[in-house]
Amino acid sequence: MRLFLHELRAQQRLFWRNREAAFFSFVFPILLLALVGSVYGDEPIEGVSAATFILIGLLGYGVAANAFAGLAITLVVRREAGLLKRVRGTPLEPGMYLAAVIASTVTVIALQVVAQLLLGVYLLDADWPERPASLAFAVLLGAAAFAALGIAVTTLVRTAEGSSAVVNAIYLPMAFISGVFFSREDMPAFLEALSDVLPLTYLLALIRAAFVPGEAFEASSVAAVVLWGLLGLVVAVRMFRWEPREGMTGA
Amino acid sequence: MSAIAVSGLRKSYGGREVLHAVSFTVETGEVFALLGPNGAGKTTTVEILEGYRARDDGDVQVLGEDPGRAGSSYRARIGIVLQSSAVYPLLSVQEIVALFAGYYPSPRRPDEVIELVGLGLQRDARVRTLSGGQLRRLDLALALVGDPELVFLDEPTTGFDPAARRQAWETIRDLRSLGKSILLTTHYMEEAQRLADRVAILRAGEIVGTGSPRELLSGHASVEIRYRRNGSEVVLATEEPTRVLHELTAQALADGVELEGLEVHRRTLEDVYLDLTREEAE
Repeated sequence: MRLFLHELRAQQRLFWRNREAAFFSFVFPILLLALVGSVYGDEPIEGVSAATFILIGLLGYGVAANAFAGLAITLVVRREAGLLKRVRGTPLEPGMYLAAVIASTVTVIALQVVAQLLLGVYLLDADWPERPASLAFAVLLGAAAFAALGIAVTTLVRTAEGSSAVVNAIYLPMAFISGVFFSREDMPAFLEALSDVLPLTYLLALIRAAFVPGEAFEASSVAAVVLWGLLGLVVAVRMFRWEPREGMTGA
Repeated sequence: MSAIAVSGLRKSYGGREVLHAVSFTVETGEVFALLGPNGAGKTTTVEILEGYRARDDGDVQVLGEDPGRAGSSYRARIGIVLQSSAVYPLLSVQEIVALFAGYYPSPRRPDEVIELVGLGLQRDARVRTLSGGQLRRLDLALALVGDPELVFLDEPTTGFDPAARRQAWETIRDLRSLGKSILLTTHYMEEAQRLADRVAILRAGEIVGTGSPRELLSGHASVEIRYRRNGSEVVLATEEPTRVLHELTAQALADGVELEGLEVHRRTLEDVYLDLTREEAE
């Protein structure tokens, strides 16, 4: 536990010192809430106020931005620099290292959720979540699933330079199609069908259930997020690499 | 007990065998240098010993353990300087050394290790502001902070200026005097000759020479005499330079000719190395 906290502290320090990454992962989803939230009208969307709708959307977006995009890019950059290989040569257990990196991401997400709630509720007049504990559960489940997918996606990226291109090409369209910014009901049928398989769609459904009085988690939504997480986990466990690409054949 | 015992080590990449039954031992407290041209298999060998790569065949014992199966407790006893690897650019020297110290059961004091590698003045500097030579010294600090019994140094002084190289040699000698075993790879024969108790020369995945630098030099004529005659170079290798030189110069004086570009050169490890690895091209 002491070693885990030692590593977590270092990972937190690294996250906040990397200004560009901290902006895109932490500040940007909050900023987006302020910007988008202030241009939406008073028309309710999917049975909640527009402000609540966009708060729900950007809570989910923030989880994916950190646990999926931020984590994947960080790990690819560290892998290609040879940093993961170096860590692998120390007595620190690889699982402990990854756990600390993920815990650091979850810490950032928790702070972001608090900031978004305060901004959404007090400045944009969004609703306070009906069941905060359910919200916390949904966010944690989503973070775990997206972290597994983020680690899995590192196996698709060959270079540090390509990491943000590949990752953004996946999660930005996913955010739109899953209904972060617009109701899925307003989408063309094929997009709606596509959104039916995306994990963020179901994470948003879980977050929404925590906000709306009388709603509860749907088992199918929980199952969809868990399944995506397991898929990521299987790929991550089988394919995750600690060494840069050139390390493969180096004499 | 030997620090490292390797016998019959084989490794292939994609059907091409890059190590053909490599065998050598490194005694406890010894500095052992693994030499050879690029692609000879030095890094592959070292990375198998470090536990990064699986071997295809052969016996490997490092500190009494099989690195192919060893875990965290094995890695606590070794220190690794990889040929190239980054550290977190946004941490300071002090922070990164302290972070790594935390990974080991009985580390050395970070400040002491920072002084040892000569980074005292850069203690609070961010890693990204360090020069190439300073980064390499930081690599060494990270390999030493766990107080390892055995240190792997893969080309530890590549890119150093001469002064920094001398300083690194001093550090390696200090380690040796503390009783640490050291396995080093290098392209600099002078480095191997000055530091290593014993060397092995690897060529295309095979050991073609092993022994102390002195042993490798014996068995070859120890002195070369070179000069030019009618524009072409003459090289005489001899164990008796006094006699050969005397005869040569007496003859030249008698003939009234000048021996152009006359040089007497004691053979070094580099000459032996070039002889042993040159055959590859023939």
